[in-house]
Order: sequence, then structure tokens, then C-alpha cells
Amino acid sequence: MQRSKFIIGGLLILAAVVYLIASSTQASAEYFMTIEEVQTQKSEITGKSLRISGAVIGDTIEYDPDTLTITFEVAHVTGDNNEIEENGGLAQALHDAVIDPDRSRLVVNYTGPIPDLLKNEAQAIMTGQLAADGIFYADELLLKCPTKYEEALPEQIEE
Amino acid sequence: MLPNLGYGVLLLTFLVTLYSVVIAIVGHSKKSAAMIESARRAMLLTWPLLTISSAILIYLLVNEHYEVEYVWSVTNSTMPLYLKVTAWWGGQPGSLLFWGWLLSSFTSAVAIRKWDRDRDLLPWVLVVAGITLAFFLSLNVFFENPFKLIPGVAPLDGRGLNPLLRHPGMIIHPPAQYLGFVSFTIPFAFALSALITGRTDDRWIRLTRRWTLWAWLFLSLGLVLGMRWAYDVLGWGGYWGWDPVEIAALMPWLTGTAFLHSVMIQEKRGMLKHWNMILIILTYDLVLFGTFLTRSGVLSSVHAFAESEIGPMFFVFIGFTFITSIALVIYRWADLKSETEMKSMLSREALFLLNNLLFLSILVVSFWGVIFPLLSELFTGSKVTVGPPFYERATGPLWGGLMLLMGVAPLSAWGHSTIKTLGRAIWKPALVALLAPIFAFANGITNWIPLSGFTLVALVITVTINEFGRGALARSRKSDENFFVELWNLTKRNRRRYGGYIIHISMVLMGIGILGIELFQTETQRHISIGDTIELAGYTLHYDDLAQFPHEDGRYITRAEMTLVKDGEVIDQLTPRFDIYPGGQPMTIPGVRSTLVDDVYVILVNWEGISANSTPFKVYHNPLVKWVWIGGYVFILGILIAAWPEEEN
Repeated sequence: MQRSKFIIGGLLILAAVVYLIASSTQASAEYFMTIEEVQTQKSEITGKSLRISGAVIGDTIEYDPDTLTITFEVAHVTGDNNEIEENGGLAQALHDAVIDPDRSRLVVNYTGPIPDLLKNEAQAIMTGQLAADGIFYADELLLKCPTKYEEALPEQIEE
Repeated sequence: MLPNLGYGVLLLTFLVTLYSVVIAIVGHSKKSAAMIESARRAMLLTWPLLTISSAILIYLLVNEHYEVEYVWSVTNSTMPLYLKVTAWWGGQPGSLLFWGWLLSSFTSAVAIRKWDRDRDLLPWVLVVAGITLAFFLSLNVFFENPFKLIPGVAPLDGRGLNPLLRHPGMIIHPPAQYLGFVSFTIPFAFALSALITGRTDDRWIRLTRRWTLWAWLFLSLGLVLGMRWAYDVLGWGGYWGWDPVEIAALMPWLTGTAFLHSVMIQEKRGMLKHWNMILIILTYDLVLFGTFLTRSGVLSSVHAFAESEIGPMFFVFIGFTFITSIALVIYRWADLKSETEMKSMLSREALFLLNNLLFLSILVVSFWGVIFPLLSELFTGSKVTVGPPFYERATGPLWGGLMLLMGVAPLSAWGHSTIKTLGRAIWKPALVALLAPIFAFANGITNWIPLSGFTLVALVITVTINEFGRGALARSRKSDENFFVELWNLTKRNRRRYGGYIIHISMVLMGIGILGIELFQTETQRHISIGDTIELAGYTLHYDDLAQFPHEDGRYITRAEMTLVKDGEVIDQLTPRFDIYPGGQPMTIPGVRSTLVDDVYVILVNWEGISANSTPFKVYHNPLVKWVWIGGYVFILGILIAAWPEEEN
């Protein structure tokens, strides 16, 4: 009698947790896509919550001081970490992406303070939606500069 | 010369540790007291050895020996002395050495006692702690040597510590976090020792009770200090972003907190023995996992160090310890049977069990958030992630459930409780607690989430104060002492219980702050010139002046002077600024006015085109956030009461 009460109680908790996880996942999942995927699946993903990573092209950064609106372009970087490692690491991959004119690119629009790290060859990780005009409107912008703290040894050492 | 000596001592320590482990095992199987004594002494020897090695590293750091790669990578000549010393844990190899040194200190503190009553546990404690120590030392010895020299000509200056870490917080946040992490090794070692020797009563729990409390203190402190540091320096208006490193530090805290509660049931009722074993094993391996995440180059954040070879090593070691430990629990399964059965759903032990389940549920949610992207990619091919909204939504009700338990559980009885007995005990405090939502409602809060949140906060506070008051009142009626003297005596007589209650209060005080910032934060951003103003939440910020100048340590500082005005009265001067370090790394430091009611938090948004005519500001209004830090102080008080060593009788 007591035992079954505890089992029912335990099952109820389990069900509640499963529900919480499932519904919250559903409500806040973001699809992580590369820029190439975005460009090829444009019509299906318009309006969906996306999370995109790409290499910032420094020359394209534009900033409107009155509205705090930033626009810039990002270039496609593969989402495969092993591939990045084999080709010399993230910093190299970002550099390759920016100098390659044939790479898929995406225009990003963001309103807000410019993060400290928004600069050429930074990795931008953005969440937001792709609008019908083909511009990605980011709600959130996160930047990483992989070279920042892990510079190579000073040059004299490599001689 | 000196670096070689440092490495030599490190290597020697590694060998001594291995010796201690092996000789303890052999000594145990041969029942040789002399060998076990030798193992104990070898373990004691690791502490002076690692202290020498660490002292050499600190000497090299302070004296700018840039021929050592580690010194070059984490210090430079402009850094103040305190940062040069704390650079000990500012990078990968040094922080691993620091881990090892702490573990050696703790293990030595355990081994220095003769353990007459618990002689049989000692060798296995040495073995488990020793294997952990040997693992960390092996990382230093074979992969991440802090004394490695740069070949060729020594550089003239170092690269310097990551600027984001150049902050007085560096003195206290990392050591607190490490202390918390490392010290959980000791209760784990005793738990395994109990499993191996078959002494599966609650002796190991009683022996490590205070250890666990101190470990938990430092783990909690590490989290709170990290939150504070992020709030003060990182300049994004918050303190917790559910990034994987934060979750990695939170996970052992969740299991550790559950463990702290459920051991009490084993002590009092002889129940939940399997459960306690599993909790301490999980805590230990989650500590390793947290260390692994920041050491392996899997993540890139303020906490992460270089890409490294040691990721797979951690993986193997976590797997090895976890599987071995669980196998031991299964081997002793029958010995760990409960002595009594749980009878009533509302009894104290049942509510403790519920508390455990809620902590574990939060753990599962957090873990799910971290691994969900991997699973989704594996099974559906599309990479999906979840962000802070997921964690907030999924853990919110669970935290609420924990708050409710903090209000109810202290009133329930061991063994048997009914709705009736519980209701009789709770209705008065609950009635008083209803004042909180009424007050909030009168102040314009109509959303049910904060209203129920504040009700729970008030319930915990009234119930807890009621518990203190009732006990002290009863005592002062019997004795002739006054109420406050008896309040003190009451706390002194059952420090774990009343210290625990104070910790409950501290948790809900933090809850006030978290509810405030999570639900009521507002922000605005504008681009203004000197003389202009920004308004937010009834405050006006006047932009008075802008100064840009180089600092002697090479930074270039841009600093705005602002006057904060409310209801026509000047109430504060704020100076948000950003510093650009040589090499281009900027750092945003907010100007903050903090009161019990709210914080005004203004940052100068870094942009190359900044000028006196057009300066971008972002302003946050963070209601009640100060209660997070107040809760932190109360927490320390509570845990000191609970964990302070008893007077010897």
C-alpha cells in the first residue's frame, strides 16, 4: 500500500520532469546551421529560430550611430570541428573563409551595443531569424576570437 | 637550473604518490602495519614536495623568468605583484599544479591523524586520494609541464594574463572554486574505502561530515564569487548566462547539495545508503568533468585554456573512476540495504527524498541542455541547441519546488507526519507569508510567477524564524535566561540544524534577487553627446564628461562621467569605462549604483568611433539584484555555524 503510493509519487515526478524538459526544449530549441545550409534552405527556414556561426568580414561592418544598428556580412565556415582541426584550427578556418570570395555569405542585422570582439575574422555566433528579404536579424550576437589568448610563441623562438 | 629543479621535484612527487598507492594496497593485502605506515608517510611527504615545486613556480612568476614558457604566457612586466602570484592558477599547467597541491594538502590533513579507531579505512583512503593525485600530477609531468623552457633566446617580456582575468577577483574566485572541487575528493575517498572494506555503516559519513560541509562552502562560494565577478567586470548586465562552464560548476553543486541532505537520513534512519553512495560518486565525477570541460579545449570562454592533449586523459580517468565506483556499489548492494522503511509521504525523510529528486531533476535538465545538441545531431542530423530560456523554463518550477520544501520540511516529523499535523504547524507562518504577495500586488506586480515566488520566499523566512523563535522561547521559559541568550544556546546545541536553517534563509534571499533580475530587468541603449541625458525606470543619467588617457601599465582607458538623478535630486556619480589592453583586448567595466531596491548599471559600449559628441551607452535597471550578494553573506554565516569544529569535551 505505502510502497505503491511512493511508486506513483515517483512516477508523477518523473513525468513532470520529462514534460518540463520536452516542452522547454520544444519552446526554445534553436537550429544550428552553417551559412551554406541557410542559403540553400532559405524558403523552409524563414522565420524559424536559428543559431548561425560564421566568420565576420571586417570590411563590411557598418554602423549607424543614431539607431545603434549594425550590419555586417559573415562568410561560411564548416560546422565540422574535425575538418577545422585538420586544416589548421579555427583561426585558420576563419581566415580562409574571409579571404575566399566564392564562399557563401549572409548579411546580418543587429541592434544593440557592439560587442568588444566584433572585428575581421572573428567567429560570430548569432541567434535570430532569417527574414523574407534574405537578411538575418540577430537577437543575440556572440563573438569569439580564437587567436586572442593563444597566440603562437614569439617569432624569435621559431628560428 | 631552477625550472629543472621545479620539474625534478614534481617528478619525484609523482613517484612518491605512486609508491604510496602501491604500498598501501600491498600493505593491506599482507596486513602489514609497517607498509601502511610507510604509505601514510609517503603521502605526507607529497605536501612539502609540492609546496617546494609550487614555491619555485611562484618565484619564477614573480621574478619574470620569461625563459619559462608558462611564465611567459601568463605574466608580463606591467602586471602587479598579486597578479603575478595568482598567475599560478592563471593558465593550464599552473592550475593543474595548484589542483595537485590542494589535493595533497587535504590528503595530508587526513593522513596526519593516526586513525586509531578507523585504521581499516585509512589505506583505501590513501589509495583513492593517491590515485586522483597521481592522475593530476601525471598531467603535469607528461603533458603540461609548468617548468617547460622556451627554446633559444628568452623573450624580453611575457604575453601577460588574459586581461579579463586581471582583477582582484582572481585572488579569490578560482581558489574557492578549486577548493570546493578538490575537497569533495575526501568524502569520495572515504565512501569508496567503506565500499572496499565492507564497513558500510554510516561511519564514513560521520567522519567526513565536516569535510563535506567545507567542500560545499567553497563550491558555493566559488559560484557566487564567479557571479559577482561577471556582474562587476564582464559588462553584460547579468551574472549567470547558463554557459556550459557555469553549468559544469553547478552540476557537482547540485549533487553535493542533495548529498548533504540525504546523508542526514542515513544517519538518523539508516535509509538511502545506495543513494548516498551514488550521489558522492556522481559529485566526484562531475567535479572531474567540470575540470575536464575547462581544460580540454572543448569550449572557448573566459574559463577555457589552450587546446590541449589532456582531454582524452580526463575522459578515460572519469570513465575509469565512475565504472569502478559503480561496480563497487553493485558488489556491496546487499550490505547497503535500508534498516527501516519509509512509511509516510509527508514524513521528514520522504520530504528529504523529494528534495533529492528535485536536485537531481535540475541536474538532469542541465545535463540534457549540454548534451541535447550532440544527441540531436546524432539522431536527426540537424544541430539544435538550447539557450538560457530553456534552462529558465525547465528549472524554474523545480527551484520553486525546492523553496516550497524549505518552507514545509522543517515542520514535518521524522517517521510519520500527516496533512493534519503539518497543517497545524504551518498555518500561522503561511498566513504571515501571504503579506508578501499582497504587498507586491499593491506595488503593481500582477504576474502570478513573481507573486508565487515572493510568497514562497516569505514562507521560508517565516517558517524558519518561527522555528528559531519557538525553540528559544521554550528554552527561555524553562531557564531564567532571556530570549536572545537562549536563541544563541539553541543554535549552539544543534549547529547543523540551525546553521542549515540560516542557509535556507540565505538561499531565498538570493531567490529574491534572482526573481528581481530575471523577471523585472529593463534596459535601454542610446547614443548621446556630452550634456545629453538617458532615462530609464524613473532615473535620469546626465552625461557630463568623457576622458581618454593611457594608463601606465599600457592600457588605454576611456571613461565617461555621469550624474545619476532621481526625482530631481542628484544621488550618485557613475563612471562606466572601457580599457583597451595592448594587443587590442578590450574590457568593459560598468558604472553601478546599487541599493537594496535596485541597481542602475551603465556600460560604455565599445566602438571605434567613440567621441564626446556621440557616445553609445547601454543602461540596465536591475531590481533587487543586491539580494543575491546579501544572500551570499548570510550563506557564509550559516555554513560557518554549521561547519565550525565542535569544542572538544
